[in-house]
Amino acid sequence: MSDGAAKIVIVGAGHAGGTAAALLRQYGHTGPIAMVGDEPIPPYQRPPLSKAWLKGEADADSLALKPLEFYAENDIDFRPGVSAVSLNRGDKTVALSDGATLSYDFLILATGARAIALPIEGKDLDGILFLRTAAHAEALKAAVGPGKKLAVVGGGYIGLEVAASGRALGADVVVLEREERILARVACKALSDFFTGYHQKNGVAFELGCSVTAFEGKDGHVAGVKLADGRTIACDAVVVGVGAAPNDEIAKDAGLECARGVVVDLDARSVTDPSIFAIGDVAHRPMPIYDRMFRMESVPNALEQAKQAASAITGRPRPPGECPWQWSDQYDLKLQIAGYAFDVDEIIVRGDPSAAKFAVFHLKGDQVQSVEAINSPPEFMMGKTLILNRKPVNKAKLADPTVSMKDVAA
Amino acid sequence: MAKVTYVEHDGTEHVVDVKSGLSVMEGAVKNNIPGIDADCGGACACATCHVYVDDAWLPKTGTKSAMEESMLDFAEGVTENSRLSCQIKVSDDLDGLRVTMPESQH
Repeated sequence: MSDGAAKIVIVGAGHAGGTAAALLRQYGHTGPIAMVGDEPIPPYQRPPLSKAWLKGEADADSLALKPLEFYAENDIDFRPGVSAVSLNRGDKTVALSDGATLSYDFLILATGARAIALPIEGKDLDGILFLRTAAHAEALKAAVGPGKKLAVVGGGYIGLEVAASGRALGADVVVLEREERILARVACKALSDFFTGYHQKNGVAFELGCSVTAFEGKDGHVAGVKLADGRTIACDAVVVGVGAAPNDEIAKDAGLECARGVVVDLDARSVTDPSIFAIGDVAHRPMPIYDRMFRMESVPNALEQAKQAASAITGRPRPPGECPWQWSDQYDLKLQIAGYAFDVDEIIVRGDPSAAKFAVFHLKGDQVQSVEAINSPPEFMMGKTLILNRKPVNKAKLADPTVSMKDVAA
Repeated sequence: MAKVTYVEHDGTEHVVDVKSGLSVMEGAVKNNIPGIDADCGGACACATCHVYVDDAWLPKTGTKSAMEESMLDFAEGVTENSRLSCQIKVSDDLDGLRVTMPESQH
């Protein structure tokens, strides 16, 4: 179904919302489009916040997905600094934080996820930072520099990218991780060990298996992180990177089915209400190659679902199935990850970790479920194809780096 | 500033002014030109900003890094004129540049 005059409201002006708005126009939608976002600026790239932007290699203009004028020029009613407070599905209206009400024929929820705070003593001290938004990044940039002591709580990808950028800016960095290894939730031990070693070589200290019990302050500003073993790690600033939670409250309140996020189908359409879509970090979506549903936090996922929703609304065919992927840059390392390591029974390391050029393949039987590739684009690119095609792979060839990836996938 | 012509796979042309310092990819994305996905925003991580550079301009667009070469090696429909447009920086020297997009970025 396509209705060129349909009124579309997009709630959330991040990577997903901004892309959906632009694609709707690109796909020929001529009806009204309104987009509201709680940040004061138009949609921008978040990934550089922990990398190029933090190191001063990218400015606000280069982060913007589109220049501000783009929205007016394309007749997109972009309302910055405004959030949606409630959703009335009967009337098809959204109530906004500034008192206005928008009516819609199609609603796209792109509200994203928010950083999880640690509910411990001292959590409201100055200098306890997160990294999710440009404003967060601004605060962090002001807090790190030569001689500054930065404590990073959480050894996930965000924490590690901040650690690498912090080192590049001359700060002392310690990473505090609750598990016995970093990246415990998202990567295998081989990769954890590699990243731990690489960060140590670059001067990052690690406290593993430690539990943070409180933040200690001096004159209202954080001065240390207290651990369960009684020690206090002195610091000038803290970055908390312990995960994110979907902003699905207005969806839940309006009776839309939610799991870990708003439950949608292959068109990114709510399974409860056909006039509502949910895309990006807030969506709990099907992923046919794994025959399951889950929520992802990645730019490629936001873009893919923006495409799905814009296609469904404008009556274009559904985009072909994709292999989810993501990337991380730390120091001179480019990590590219394809797929998710569900139900894995075997791990094959291809290449040489000591040369910082290798890939970790996760297999279920003879099918590749995911690959983590360090400075190894061929392994990433062909890995993506193998994951998407669900083709059995020759493990002996896969394990042998002298066999080209093209031959492995042939 | 340079005038860049982006030609869609179906022949549709888009002529836009791109600020020096931006990449050819950014020039397309900021002007909402279809055919360049640029999923990774210019990190040379995805090969979804693949373009064919017109012969006359090829030498002026510089050389490919090992990373770009390696990513391109696995993209679809690659020719000698293939580049990742996020790796071409726009300057006055590229005024008049003409690039064509492939049928798909996958």
